[in-house]
Amino acid sequence: MTTTLYTSDHEWLAIDGDVATVGITDYAQSQLGDVVFVELPKVGRTLKKAEAAAVVESVKAASDVYAPISGEVLETNAELAGEPALVNSDAQGKAWFFKIRIADNNELGGLMDEAAYKAHTA
Amino acid sequence: MLASDDKNSLKRTPLYDLHVSLGGKMVPFAGYDMPVQYPAGVLKEHLHTRTQAGLFDVSHMGQIALRPKSGKVEDAARALERLVPQDIVAIAPGRQRYAQFTNPDGGILDDLMVANFGDHLFLVVNAACKDADEAHLRANLADVCVIDSLSDRALVALQGPKAEAALAKLYAAAPAMKFMDAGPHEVGGIKCFVSRSGYTGEDGFEISVPAVDAERLAKTLLENPDVMPIGLGARDSLRLEAGLCLYGHDIDTATTPVEAALEWSVQKSRRTGGARAGGFPGAEKILAHFDNGASRRRVGLLAQGRAPVREGALLFAGEAGGDPIGQVTSGGFGPSLSAPVAMGYVPTASSALGTKLFAEVRGQRLPLAVAAMPFVKNTYKR
Repeated sequence: MTTTLYTSDHEWLAIDGDVATVGITDYAQSQLGDVVFVELPKVGRTLKKAEAAAVVESVKAASDVYAPISGEVLETNAELAGEPALVNSDAQGKAWFFKIRIADNNELGGLMDEAAYKAHTA
Repeated sequence: MLASDDKNSLKRTPLYDLHVSLGGKMVPFAGYDMPVQYPAGVLKEHLHTRTQAGLFDVSHMGQIALRPKSGKVEDAARALERLVPQDIVAIAPGRQRYAQFTNPDGGILDDLMVANFGDHLFLVVNAACKDADEAHLRANLADVCVIDSLSDRALVALQGPKAEAALAKLYAAAPAMKFMDAGPHEVGGIKCFVSRSGYTGEDGFEISVPAVDAERLAKTLLENPDVMPIGLGARDSLRLEAGLCLYGHDIDTATTPVEAALEWSVQKSRRTGGARAGGFPGAEKILAHFDNGASRRRVGLLAQGRAPVREGALLFAGEAGGDPIGQVTSGGFGPSLSAPVAMGYVPTASSALGTKLFAEVRGQRLPLAVAAMPFVKNTYKR
């Protein structure tokens, strides 16, 4: 059973036990435009909430993706290196960025559920 | 908030309403509210221009007529040669040439197009520089020319392999024009100035049209299924792949035409030993660069990896340590190459094709090689 939560910076987190899968939202990809490159954090890196964790680049510009919560990076999505356009076609599915071990469950309290996120982007 | 960022203070081109109706994403650019992209997006717009035809609104650019008081266009041409290192006198009626306004230090104040329309010269200058350019012309050429700012005209560019056929439906003689031909022609019954030129590396045309007729002309061109509206985002990626300079980035008041690798644009008649050598601002320095070489040079750069290397990235000779040897002035992702492309300045000793360099991106040194420009072969109809 997974729960999906959202940040005001347009990331999504699918929570499964003590692991969160992180990506950017469909709204975020629509604002960025055609994604041509994604830089992911190294597996094993310990991220602190709000630090720059990944970079997503469109033809025009580079944008930072911030760690939505603290924790250790367990796995990254190797498919994005070869096919960054997945971020445009399936942002909230196949185009996940990384999986992180949740260091502090209290940090999840500040995130939004789907209804709140929809209101945030309305 | 800066005035230039304030939506209310932004100027609009005569095609503003059309951009909004087409779903253009409007952003501030050089004091204008301009479409950076349409719903198709930068990537599709770029590729469509390379394979079909794209229509660009470049009405923010300055259009200026230099009318000789004597009635002889050669007098206007000679006068303009006081301000640019190009041979303007040699531009035949109906022809156009690329030029730069230089400053006393040999730097570039703006780059521009100069066309000979038979009885006057027609100039197209950059939007951000147009007021300064006009003042510069008034201060230096008012004795010989009437300087006429054509602010009641729009400017559109129709670019790509299908541009000729699309324009021929409205101007039957379009296919007879050659690259850099320019003159007054009727397009769809509208009195326009047409040149066979552009800023994409593709064959194509730039059409100056009275503001009141601009929307009608643009809509007629867009009725053609081969023609798609293209925003400033793709305009930038297209010109970057074509190796063309963007003023304020790749060239500015601190770069000479020689450093900028624009020697091809300075005719022999204005160089040392030429019939009208020198006589333009900064001639001493620019001619010295021609005669003795410059210490740095603008080069094309291709990355070995997939990460775009963007404007401002510092360039290094080695993978670790050392001081920066240069800087990227334009860079991004080239949709037609499906790879990162960049240009920047390096020491002349490091400017040979194939020279390996490193660009610092987010603390990492990424390998690059000096590469020939244009990155994508141009398709001008010469």
